[in-house]
Amino acid sequence: MTSAGYLAPRTLDEAVAALAAAAGTARILAGGTDLLVQMRAGSLRPGLVIDIKNIEEMTTIAETDNGSFRIGAAVSGAELAEHPRFGLVWPGVLESVNLIGSTQVQGRASAGGNLCNASPAADSVPAMVAAGARVTVQGPSGRREMPVEAVPAGPGRTNLAPGEILVSFTLPPRPRGSSDAYLRMIPRTEMDIAVVGCGVSLTLEKGVVSAARVGLGAVAPTVLLVEGAANALVGSKLEEAALEAAAAACRAACKPINDKRGTIAYRTKVAGVLLKRTALIAAERAGRN
Amino acid sequence: MAKLHVSTTINDEPVEFLCDPHQTLLDALRTTLGLTGTKEGCGTGDCGACSVTIDGRLTCACLTLAAEAEGRRIATIEGMAKGDQLHPLQQKFLEMAALQCGICTPGVLMAARSLLERNADPSETEVRYWLAGNLCRCTGYDKIVRAVMETAAQMRETAR
Repeated sequence: MTSAGYLAPRTLDEAVAALAAAAGTARILAGGTDLLVQMRAGSLRPGLVIDIKNIEEMTTIAETDNGSFRIGAAVSGAELAEHPRFGLVWPGVLESVNLIGSTQVQGRASAGGNLCNASPAADSVPAMVAAGARVTVQGPSGRREMPVEAVPAGPGRTNLAPGEILVSFTLPPRPRGSSDAYLRMIPRTEMDIAVVGCGVSLTLEKGVVSAARVGLGAVAPTVLLVEGAANALVGSKLEEAALEAAAAACRAACKPINDKRGTIAYRTKVAGVLLKRTALIAAERAGRN
Repeated sequence: MAKLHVSTTINDEPVEFLCDPHQTLLDALRTTLGLTGTKEGCGTGDCGACSVTIDGRLTCACLTLAAEAEGRRIATIEGMAKGDQLHPLQQKFLEMAALQCGICTPGVLMAARSLLERNADPSETEVRYWLAGNLCRCTGYDKIVRAVMETAAQMRETAR
């Protein structure tokens, strides 16, 4: 390890400049719950670690007048859970973030880190995809926005350009009758990695689904937006036929691997099961809004 | 490799130390500052033996860089007792034999105190979920959970 360094800039411009100057040898530190593990294992040896937690925009939650939320990429799960309004508007996104690791990990781990670590099994990503969240990234050539589902490129890889930093998530305003949910299948009750994760966001008008989005995790190299499943739900009252059609669309979208957590056949079947359960929870919540 | 100078507060005392840029807070606490109450178990955030609080927030010192302590308030197990006066959790863990080998105990105590600061009357389920990131290979957890519940009840009684 030569010229290892640590920087904790106060502004995003400084962080972007430092990242660009390091020419690919720097890593961004948010909660560190993935980065420090990879550094300890020796799989990553960054020249420079850039800690973004002193940058206000990346560590704050803002609700705008029109009802959208902007979440800084480094906001921890515990901070998101303590926000007085966020969990009421986006209970599915919140439960997906709060499922990541232990109380100790929740004190540090962020949705931004979860997305940029680019694990196919990242819990918060299917819920963010279902929510229709967009991310703001800043790099040497300025700012741009992209949908969450466009960020992961494959296991451990993102579509961020060299020198770009994920700044924040923006979740859209919620019409009346909207809610969301996230479920994951794990073999135990806590502290495990998803075998399948499913996020559903929907809007009900007089009991009929008028809008829906479905995100699926751990069943492909990247988290999937399953438009076929959402289309099967829209126009329905979540009758069994509609749920089964949406579940079939989820199963068809799966391109999973066999590993110690589950086989291809098992993951594919569970994806359909989770879709049905998650959609019903989201609808039950939406009926109260 | 240039060392970084860190000014921080540990257990309410101002502390300054030098660290390597990629040294963990756990290593700085134990090796540089001699605060060996915080234990290293897995070193990867799974076991909770290195639990400390940073600005009141429970975290794993092994997943934190020492340099991140700059300007923060760190609390470790060494600050839990006030002189000879044990914290109620420490006293109850002794009385109820909620430890055996003791390696996990500092982390469990830090985590349990963090819970009781936020929730004076946790259910058993809440205690078990809150402590899910603190692994113990001796006790089977039951005595730990009972001691935390009992301490909470006693502290509620004292607060009346």
